Amino acid sequence: MEDKKVILSVKDLVIKFRLRGDILTAIREASLDLYEGESLAIVGESGSGKSVFTKSFMGLLDANGWIDSGSIMFEGEDLAKFKTEKEWLKIRGKKIAMVFQDPMTSLNPLKTVGKQVQEAIELHQDIKGDEAKDLTIQILQDVGIHDPERRYNQYPHEFSGGMRQRVVIAIAVACNPRILICDEPTTALDVTIQAQILELLKGLKDKYNLTTIYITHDLGVVANVADRIAVMYAGDIIEIGKCEEVFYNPQHPYTWALLSSLPQLGVKGQDLFTIKGTPPNLFYEIKGDAFAPRNPRALKIDFVKRPPYFQVSPTHKAKTWLLDPRAPKVEPPESIRILRQQWEVGNNG
Amino acid sequence: MDKKKEVLLEVKNLRVEFGKRKKRFVAVDDVSFHIYRGETFGLVGESGSGKTTIGRAIIRLNETAGGEIIFDGKKINGKIDKELDKEITRRIQMIFQDPMASLNERAKVEYIVSEGLYNLKNYKTDEERKDKVEKAMLDVGLLPEFLSRFPHEFSGGQRQRIGVARSIVMEPELIIADEPISALDVSIRAQVLNLMADLQRKKGLTYLFIAHDLSVVRFITDRVAVIYKGKIVELAETERLYRNPLHPYTRSLFSAIPIPDPRKERAKKLEVYDPSCHHDYDKDPPKWVEIEPEHFILANERELEEYRKMLAKNGVQAIG
Repeated sequence: MEDKKVILSVKDLVIKFRLRGDILTAIREASLDLYEGESLAIVGESGSGKSVFTKSFMGLLDANGWIDSGSIMFEGEDLAKFKTEKEWLKIRGKKIAMVFQDPMTSLNPLKTVGKQVQEAIELHQDIKGDEAKDLTIQILQDVGIHDPERRYNQYPHEFSGGMRQRVVIAIAVACNPRILICDEPTTALDVTIQAQILELLKGLKDKYNLTTIYITHDLGVVANVADRIAVMYAGDIIEIGKCEEVFYNPQHPYTWALLSSLPQLGVKGQDLFTIKGTPPNLFYEIKGDAFAPRNPRALKIDFVKRPPYFQVSPTHKAKTWLLDPRAPKVEPPESIRILRQQWEVGNNG
Repeated sequence: MDKKKEVLLEVKNLRVEFGKRKKRFVAVDDVSFHIYRGETFGLVGESGSGKTTIGRAIIRLNETAGGEIIFDGKKINGKIDKELDKEITRRIQMIFQDPMASLNERAKVEYIVSEGLYNLKNYKTDEERKDKVEKAMLDVGLLPEFLSRFPHEFSGGQRQRIGVARSIVMEPELIIADEPISALDVSIRAQVLNLMADLQRKKGLTYLFIAHDLSVVRFITDRVAVIYKGKIVELAETERLYRNPLHPYTRSLFSAIPIPDPRKERAKKLEVYDPSCHHDYDKDPPKWVEIEPEHFILANERELEEYRKMLAKNGVQAIG
């Protein structure tokens, strides 16, 4: 493994929610090491737990949810043990900040844009008044807002969607956080604006020395921004590796299925690959590999025992019994085989 | 491909305006295209480009300020008689974007799927209506038992199937699908796309597919029109357009789409479209020109020269 510093380490995290008297396990013993300065993308379908997982790093779980067991180590402290808002305020916004999906709803319509950015600065840093205002204008400039002195006094409704998202980003980076979590940062935006925002985030990452986590279901965005990819299914990270490793040499049958269902890999006039069935019900205990019931290539053991991580390369691992030396050889679908060939040709050439 | 394609829908010089006098806003400006029977025609553009407005003008939800919409030989925009209005309602149906928002939460699936039938009363007995509804459910891969349930009991993909069922129950010929899969997860998208393709094969449906996701559009459409600020700037057979995008807006749109392939995605160059510096239309106004067979573009003489050179570079013989 390359010599990288782990900035955040999640171990065997279990998060549960109480819903209508029943208990739902949203995160099932997920572990993750986040390296300083990297950009990690967490991909998964709605309900896979990717948002809940990252919200737990900031103490933003809904009132009916709690961390049942496991640890989240950050700067020598276990965030999973935090109880009070006071403890969280040292981390949230200051050390770990978040960019939310919809810039229409994440800004206060009654406050000027400048005040909202400045508020974040004054709350977390020992800067007040004119000094804070100057810093605010500097940050607005950094996120690509032209004429920041004039824009400082405007309200969110005077901004376009893309510009609003820039303001949201300005608030997030205002306190020099160490980790920036971007939850579907461009889903609500038009493609040309989306491209600009992604460029901005990549630029800020270098400028502010950020470690970034992207949560998205858009694999195109992932291909653009990620150094590493974590694939989530039913509350667990079932595969994690470098961007190219996961895209071109995926190992878990769920990753195969996810990639195969992309129209880009489809042949015009033929049916696209689809995943049969639905994700498991998290109200019940899941036995074995959570994807097994939907996996036409599932082995017997997949229904009995939960697979551990198997190392594919020093940087790439997956939770599937297919990687066990004793497992029978199972060929991935054709579209994945083609990807793998292209990758090998690219590596040699 | 056979050359005797029948035109099902023709849109001629369509203009749609919102607001009055000083506040007037032209959402769709001089748009013309036609759709052949049995094909899938794509309309791509960003929000605010007018693509949805065109779809809504065709099903008579938005009034037109000028131009003609001709469906199967009959003019269907402006004032038309009741009979024709009913006929259009049956023969042109719509599938909406967000299956969470477009189904009545308080109605059972049976009512949701039957609503169109109730409105037009195009069934003789209640038996017949039930048959039609059950058949539509089976066609979209849902069980007739689901009819007694409410929308909240279904997943996003199933709800979009209900949305499809309520349009095909009318036995339409043209379906306007307005971003039918953009609110869905990747794996469910594939299911809905397959379903739409399957229904097209079985029922000979014609689709007007409105979207902003160009990879999906490439996969499903036969021809595509690119729309920018209410004007179509380029229109071509899908593969032709994707091979040789000519208009600077089309090129910028194509370059902005994230490709789920890290090597390609990182190698690509972003192109930015700025109408004020790309065009000099004051002296030399643009025309709608067929630059290669089945490939149309909005351009003036100087630009056409440029585009022809670009085509020649890629080994394509341009017209003119």
